[in-house]
Amino acid sequence: MHELSVCQGMLQQVSRIAAQHDAGRVERIVVRIGPLSGVEPDLLRNAFPLARAGTVAEEAELCIETLPVRVRCDRCGEETDARPNRLLCGACGDYHTRLVSGDELILASVQLVQAQPPARLN
Amino acid sequence: MCDTCGCNVTSGNAHLVEADGKLATTGDGRAAVEVLQGLLSENDHQAAHNREHFDRHGVLAINLMSSPGSGKTALLEATLDALAGRLRVAVIEGDLETENDARRIRAKGVPAIQIATGSACHLDAHMVHLALHELDLDAVDVVFIENVGNLVCPASFDLGHHRNVTLLSVTEGDDKPAKYPVMFRAADLMLLTKTDLLEVLDDFDPHRAEHCLRALASNAPVLEVSARKGRGLDAWLGWLRHEVATHRQRVAARQTLRPAVQPDGVHLHARGEPAGHDHPHVHGHPAHGHG
Repeated sequence: MHELSVCQGMLQQVSRIAAQHDAGRVERIVVRIGPLSGVEPDLLRNAFPLARAGTVAEEAELCIETLPVRVRCDRCGEETDARPNRLLCGACGDYHTRLVSGDELILASVQLVQAQPPARLN
Repeated sequence: MCDTCGCNVTSGNAHLVEADGKLATTGDGRAAVEVLQGLLSENDHQAAHNREHFDRHGVLAINLMSSPGSGKTALLEATLDALAGRLRVAVIEGDLETENDARRIRAKGVPAIQIATGSACHLDAHMVHLALHELDLDAVDVVFIENVGNLVCPASFDLGHHRNVTLLSVTEGDDKPAKYPVMFRAADLMLLTKTDLLEVLDDFDPHRAEHCLRALASNAPVLEVSARKGRGLDAWLGWLRHEVATHRQRVAARQTLRPAVQPDGVHLHARGEPAGHDHPHVHGHPAHGHG
């Protein structure tokens, strides 16, 4: 669905970062995605080859780290695992919880290769 | 752990490998640059700009999201009739094609800008920005953004609005919040629509719909409305007037508000802030740069 536009937005960011660092190309892009971000890792992976064509990242590898859904309970204070459609406290069952992990949609890092490698010092 | 993809970068050593840090470039001309920006930061940057536009004019912006056919436009028509000019409203309509919805709104004497998204399944902040140029925000108290009918994608895009209202029509099934958690978790208000049909539908239980919403750790209020019969509109208008009033106070205090949930959790959580409701940020909020 919208993974292609997410991918295109990501590549705009990556291209800007590459330009800031005078990089000739991008070797790897690392993103972190939680199940509650609304982005499906598999769809993003499929969209990536389409979106990267003609960009500074056209040979880049996309590395997707998926993160678990975790909640902290306002009532009992426990931090527990949860499911995307059941964000209740795993300890006491209360629904007054806060998400501590699971909605991330983060460009974590990029591996750049400089346009002209600097001469090594001997 | 490796030295290439950045997975060894922690908050303790990030300064070494960020731009101009002493480990930023290796001898072979490779550099691992930690970014840690929202993946949608292009969109979020534009959204923050839109929000400044709204706030400068004291306008509350509400994003209406739901499946196609759940009654967003009918709700707006009934709302405009019931308001009878007591709040000045403008509407931005998102659909893949046609001006139909904008025409229905204009027939009520209210400015409406239609965005035809072509094949895009959601509105984004850039599309809304273009529409804003066609609106006179000084003549408006509330802008409703009627998103593309879709229970998936619109929830992921900040438009620069302040509140998300998610509609669930009683013809759809009361377990929709469990099936589409990303969408319903983003709701600041859930409106059950077409409730006049409840008497002929024995398989939709409003309590079960609310139960599914609570399972998403949501405190959002749930209101029942029937636009066609005019039922439940008082409570909806009461919520709306309250939001307009509190938004004016926020703007006067030079603060703004992002809707309930946005998918840039790491940054919010890293600063120890709750991702929950009624969570005003000081204007120009994103602490992370936009490069």
